[in-house]
Amino acid sequence: MAAFHFELVSPERLIFSGEVEQVVVPGSEGVFTVLQNHAPMMSTIRPGVIEVTSATGADKLFVRGGFADVSAKGLTILAEQAIPLADLDVAKIDAELRAVEEDIEDASTDATRFAALLRRDQLAAMRAALNL
Amino acid sequence: MPSLKDLRNRIASVKATQKITKAMQMVAAAKLRRAQLAAEAARPYAERMEAVLANIAGAITPGAGPALLSGNGRDNVHLLVVCTAERGLCGAFNSSIVRLARERANSLMAQGKTVKILCVGKKGYDQLRRQYEKEIIELIELRSVKQMAFTDADPIGRKLIALFDQGEYDVCTIFFARFRSVILQIPTALQLIPAQFAKGEAAAGAQASYDYEPSEAGILESLLPRNISVQVFRALLENAASEQGARMSSMDSATRNAGDMIKKQTITYNRSRQAMITKELIEIISGAEAL
Repeated sequence: MAAFHFELVSPERLIFSGEVEQVVVPGSEGVFTVLQNHAPMMSTIRPGVIEVTSATGADKLFVRGGFADVSAKGLTILAEQAIPLADLDVAKIDAELRAVEEDIEDASTDATRFAALLRRDQLAAMRAALNL
Repeated sequence: MPSLKDLRNRIASVKATQKITKAMQMVAAAKLRRAQLAAEAARPYAERMEAVLANIAGAITPGAGPALLSGNGRDNVHLLVVCTAERGLCGAFNSSIVRLARERANSLMAQGKTVKILCVGKKGYDQLRRQYEKEIIELIELRSVKQMAFTDADPIGRKLIALFDQGEYDVCTIFFARFRSVILQIPTALQLIPAQFAKGEAAAGAQASYDYEPSEAGILESLLPRNISVQVFRALLENAASEQGARMSSMDSATRNAGDMIKKQTITYNRSRQAMITKELIEIISGAEAL
């Protein structure tokens, strides 16, 4: 398969930059796959797993939302946070989930409640990603 | 005339100070390298973000976009976000940022506008508090932060947006020091809200026909708040690198000054020691002659 340029950046650093063959992106309106010569598009991303296939093998990373930008130059993903699936720990996520559930119940204001709900959704997505 | 013992003590104390400044300089040098790496690593994200935003912003008719992009049509209340260090002993670093912010605040007040100040970093707060006690709305301390992470900047960005949505201010400007080199840090004012982009980029990006998912406005709406956080993050990273750079060069000159002082004091010490020996000799000789 023909390769195209793919970059995955988080606010802290450039996580991945190189030639890949195929990337599956969890868009906010549905999962889509980017191959070479994809039409220019931009989409927000929901928390989920991106699958990167390159000549050397496949890679799965969990992203916590962000943006995907497909242009003539290739695909750029601006992720809020990206963690390789191998680095995720089920027990840790479950513990955090429980903590967040408590936060939701304890939340005194709408803002903190909303933040906790958002965090729970992200954790739930992370958990779901592991069960793939 | 100080006694020999006084001189010896003074030399010893300057030597101790020199050891401290020397150590601080070396620590700053190590931290500077880390801060610089972090600032460089964060650059790709901010650049892409800016390119993408300029691209969409160019396609949207001026004045029609969301309030974060085009402003809310007023400019009566200005929020100045002053980012400084948590610690002193870094030369003119804090005061130069504060000076820039103060000049801006005074000129805005002279025009009859309302000024609000949000301090990030304790040193800036300490300096601004004397003059703008009433204007300062909050102090955000990042003392516990060792390595600036995006999660430190994000709450500040969110706070700025929340305040903007509540109509607390109309224009937001962030003050920080841009890192050029170890000896040069440039105090900078950057307008965050309404957002400003380089015109050239916007014009170039507008040609590409993009597909937007969910919609252009939807993306812009989620991208703009994020951009604020990213800009804050970038300012904080630049600031961290600048602080260490400023500390390194000021501690370097402090070490050098201490060295000069030790040299001078040692000469005085030796001279007065010599003078005392000579005096004693003269006393002995003249005493022997008198016999």
